[in-house]
Order: sequence, then structure tokens, then C-alpha cells
Amino acid sequence: MSIFVNKNSKVLVQGITGREGQFHTRQCIEYGTSVVAGVTPGKGGQKMDDVPVFNTVADAVKTTGANTSMIFVPPPFCADAIMEAADAGVKVIIAITEGIPILDMLRVKNFLATKDCRLIGPNCPGIITPGECKIGIMPGKIHMSGGPAGVMSRSGTLTYEVVDQLTKLGIGQTTCLGIGGDPIIGTNFIDVLEAFQNDPDTKGIVMVGEIGGNAEEQAAEYIKKNVTKPVVGFISGLTAPPGRRMGHAGAIISGGSGTGQAKVEAFEKNGIHVCRNLGEIGEICAKVF
Amino acid sequence: MKIHEYQAKELFRKYNVPVPEGKVAFSKQEAVNNAKELGNYPVVVKAQIHAGGRGKGGGVKLASSEAEVAALTDEILGMTLVTRQTGPQGKEVKKVLIEAGQNIAKELYLSIMVDRASAKVVIMASQAGGMNIEEVAAETPEKIIKVYVDPLCGIQGYHLREAAFGLEIPSAAMKQFSGMLKQLYTLFMENDCSLVEINPLILTSDDRVIALDAKVDIDANSMFRHKDLLEYRDLDEEDPLEVEASKFNLNYINLDGNVGNIVNGAGLAMATMDIIKNAGAEPANFMDVGGGASAEQVENALRIILRDDKVKAILINIFGGILRCDVFAQGIVQAAEKTGINIPLVVRMEGTNVEEGKKILEASGLNLTSAVDLKDAAAKVAAAV
Repeated sequence: MSIFVNKNSKVLVQGITGREGQFHTRQCIEYGTSVVAGVTPGKGGQKMDDVPVFNTVADAVKTTGANTSMIFVPPPFCADAIMEAADAGVKVIIAITEGIPILDMLRVKNFLATKDCRLIGPNCPGIITPGECKIGIMPGKIHMSGGPAGVMSRSGTLTYEVVDQLTKLGIGQTTCLGIGGDPIIGTNFIDVLEAFQNDPDTKGIVMVGEIGGNAEEQAAEYIKKNVTKPVVGFISGLTAPPGRRMGHAGAIISGGSGTGQAKVEAFEKNGIHVCRNLGEIGEICAKVF
Repeated sequence: MKIHEYQAKELFRKYNVPVPEGKVAFSKQEAVNNAKELGNYPVVVKAQIHAGGRGKGGGVKLASSEAEVAALTDEILGMTLVTRQTGPQGKEVKKVLIEAGQNIAKELYLSIMVDRASAKVVIMASQAGGMNIEEVAAETPEKIIKVYVDPLCGIQGYHLREAAFGLEIPSAAMKQFSGMLKQLYTLFMENDCSLVEINPLILTSDDRVIALDAKVDIDANSMFRHKDLLEYRDLDEEDPLEVEASKFNLNYINLDGNVGNIVNGAGLAMATMDIIKNAGAEPANFMDVGGGASAEQVENALRIILRDDKVKAILINIFGGILRCDVFAQGIVQAAEKTGINIPLVVRMEGTNVEEGKKILEASGLNLTSAVDLKDAAAKVAAAV
């Protein structure tokens, strides 16, 4: 089992003919993902390798039955692309793009509230169900299928680091996903926790958070009330100075809130196994799961 | 992107948000001329730096004559202003705003920002104006009014009324206040602001509202559609190494420690800083070369970090995903040769083709230390400083 995506996901790629879009589409296909369509306005009727390209998402969905979208559209046009996918009935939308203006995402988020779909990201590495499908830019090779761990994170390479440690210790993963490093994102930790809790193959959950906002604090309270599976938590940015944006648009300590320390305390208070040294996260999971 | 108060007030004027008469000055002579143009005393001399708390730091003074304007400008221009937001090193003042003094009956607080949790635009207002709003929020949260606006519907009359009644705006000023708040919301949305803050917003004794201060932050991700606002960027207010790094699309922040570090990905970069600290050393920077960075990016990053005199050793932590470790290793070797690196360099690589990468590093004859994992890397670099 897995969450959100699996071997039945039929993927369309928005921005498939761009440099990033082409490269990562090929990587996903190589991993075994079923990529059924691409969308690039003005290039309908062409092909990217063997993948048919359409002018609009609606056309792609109608012709191929795609139910999942991976988006590589540049920031100025990305909000438009997400809303187009949602309007065309795509159920899971994964936005990889980094650098979307926050007011665009505000409109997107409020628009999606009226639609029956899930947005993952933006500014995220995507989602992978090892052995079934990879929809994103993460290196497929480092993953190991079959569970028992579910991994969720606000970061990209930091997630790879965690997954790599798990795999080396023989701990497989059900699904791993990055929820995105932006202040406004589609799917938050609580949505993922609920899904992992309901997935019988996920026996333990790894939550990788970082400074900024209060998503980790809210997730910690949710875990205490609703999650019976063990959770290992890590927070990056404990040494970050206040008021500075640490790479991710969402990673900023403002007005004394969003500090790493407060998040670690919320973890401890709510029964989460806290990892304080990233080099040890695999070992901690091995003990706890 | 941060902008100065005088620039924020220029924006306010464009949107008919009332501000005091005034003009920026870069010299004493200009300051005196600006004061003469205003015609009346007192005038206010306000230091223009990208940080709040300027008044308490001694950067805002009242002048009641031309001679005083000259003397105070002399004092403030060139001073290193230390406020709660500048850090202990402070910031050098290079310009002052000369403004007409106002007749203040009451000081209010007003701001607009994005609320992450609700995904709405939030208007925050308080009658506790002129104070540090973060303290007000922590100590007396009941004194802060929050009005949430759905960005799809925009600001409505009831939002304006909620704010106005909450602030106990006198009826004579009600119409003007509502018009001003509506304009301020429009300014926020049209200019992709991440923050618009007026502290204090004053109520004059003849029932007018005026923005005595103005703070505007623009969303850096939106600059592609605000070429006009790019003029407001002030490189003097930024760290020169950070400016250099931004030219190469490197996410770099200069910090106080002595262990330089180069990492791909922001989350891993923050975690690397933390692990350096765990090992007993202090990070000299945050440096994210991007999740899928190239060898060239690593070279640019290395060059910038080597220009920082505090740095006594460097840790490179790369998780090679899509980009292979052997390609990276070659990049590091080239960069090290070109930059003539002469301080200890610890390299930790993981991911695709890591064995080939390690062989390349070993064969290079460069004086660098390989680390087997993160803990090992941090211990080795901490031992080197």
C-alpha cells in the first residue's frame, strides 16, 4: 500500500517540452511511472519521446484518462497551470516549480478549496511510492520498496539524506514526499499524517520539518490526538538567525515565532521521537519502528 | 525585498494613502533645503536604513530650526545605527528623510500581510500604536484586531468597518480611514507585497489619519512583474558577499562563525549548519547551491566563501541525486585548483556514483579530507578549525 500515488497513477506532465520537464519525465518513465501525456500550449500533436503532447490539460485528460499531474511550468505561469489541472478534473497535482509569487499561491489555494483534488507542493521534490511510481525529481535509486516507513518533509535533498540512511539500514518506505518549502502549500503535514495513519503498510512515520510558520507545532498536536504509529521528527535550522529567509521562501523566523527550538519542544511534548543530529536519524528509526 | 521608508511613502502617495510632506536627503545641504521647502518647524530628521526600531536607537530626531536640522543631519548621517533589528554590528546611515512634524492626538497600528495558516490576507490593527507590536501580541493579544480577507473576493465594506470600529476611529475620520485602508489593500495586492505596516498610524487633533511611518516588503518571487520596483533595491543595505552570491543564483547568508559550508538544497544546508554546531564549531554561512546544482555553481560558491576572512575551514556536503557524484567531484577538483584553496577542506558526498566520485577526489592530490557520513564530516571540519 501507499498514499496518494501508486502503480495505477496515470501521469501527465505540464511543461513536458522544457529542459527540466524532458529530463525528469524520462527519469520517471525509466523508474516505471506511467506517463501518459504531456501538455505544452502550442505544441499539441507533437511527441516527447513516445509521450503525446497536448495544448490543454482538458484535452490530455479527455484523451488519455490522466488522473495525476506533475508540473514544471516556470513561476510566472505556474498558478495558471495548477488551476488548469484542477479545473480539468486532475485528482493529484504535484507542483515542482520553485519561486511562485505568494499572492498567486493564495489565489490558487482558495480556488482549490472548491475543487475535489489534492495539490502537493509547490517548491517540492515530488512524491514516490518505491517500486510503483516516482512523480518528481528525487533520485529513484536510493529508495527501497515495501515499507514500513512513511517519509514526509518540507525539503528536497534533506529528504534524500533521510531516505538514504533508512535504505542503508534495510528500512524500506511505503511513500516518501516533500510537501514543499513555500509558505503556502497544498498538502500539509496533517493531511499526510492522516493518510499514513490509514495506510496499513506504514508502520512508522518520519517527519522532517524546518524553521518558519507553525506547521510542525500543529502536526505535533494532531499526532498526540490522532496518530497511533510511532513518529520520528527532525527540525532543520536550529542555528538559523531570526529575520533571514533560509533559501526556502517559507523558512524564516519572524517576530520570535517559527523557531526551531519551539518546534522541537512541541515534538517532545507530544510524544514524537526527536532526532537532534541528522546523522543519526536512520539509527533512531531502526530502534523505534 | 525590503525598501526604505521614503520609498514606501512614495508608493503610499501613488495610492493616495496620506503621508506627511517630506523628502529624502543624502547630504546636510540637501536636508537643509528640504526643511526650507517645508517652511514650518518642527521637522523630523529620520535615518533611512532597512531596519525597525530606529527611534529608540537614536535615528529619529525633532528639529525646530534650520540650524538644528543641519546639526542633527550631521549627527545622523554616517552614524552606525544599532537597533533591535540590525544586530549588534548596526548599520551605517547614508540618507535621511526630512519630514513635516505632525500634531498627534492618538497613535494606532495597522498592517497587512499574508496569513500562512488560513491562506488569507490579514489586516492587523491595534490601538497600541507606536509600540513594538510583537511585544503587544505576546503580552496583550486582546489589543490586536485581525480581519481576514479572502483574496478571491477582495476587500469588502464590512472588513473596513470591522477595522474602523475596532480601532474606535471617531466618526469624523471614518470615511477617510476606510478609503485609506481600501487603498492600502489595493497597494498590497497590486505590488505583491509580503508586508505593509504603518506604525504609528496617527490620528490628528483635527480628525485626520496620516501614516507617520511606512514599511513595505515586496515578495522577491514577484519581481519579474514589477520591474519598476527593482529601482527601490538598495545594494548599500545588503552584505556585499550576499549581493555577489545573488548574481549567481546562490542562496547565501553570511553568519558569524568560522566554518564555511556549501550544500545542495536549502533544508540540507540548514541541517548542515546545525550539525556543525552540534560538533562544537560555528557555521560561517548558509550556502545553498540548489538541489540540482552544477559543478560551476560549486565553483562560484567556493570563490565567494573564500573571500570571507572569518572562514578557517570549509565543509562541502553534496547529496548527488540526479546529478552524479563523479561529475561533482570533478567540479570540486577544478574549483579547488582554480581558486587556490589554502584552508582545510572536508568533502562529504553521497548518492549516485559516489565510489567513482571518491576515487576522483583521492587521485586529485588535493589537500582535502573525505568524510564517510554527515557525523564524520562535521567532526572532521570542527577539528580543523
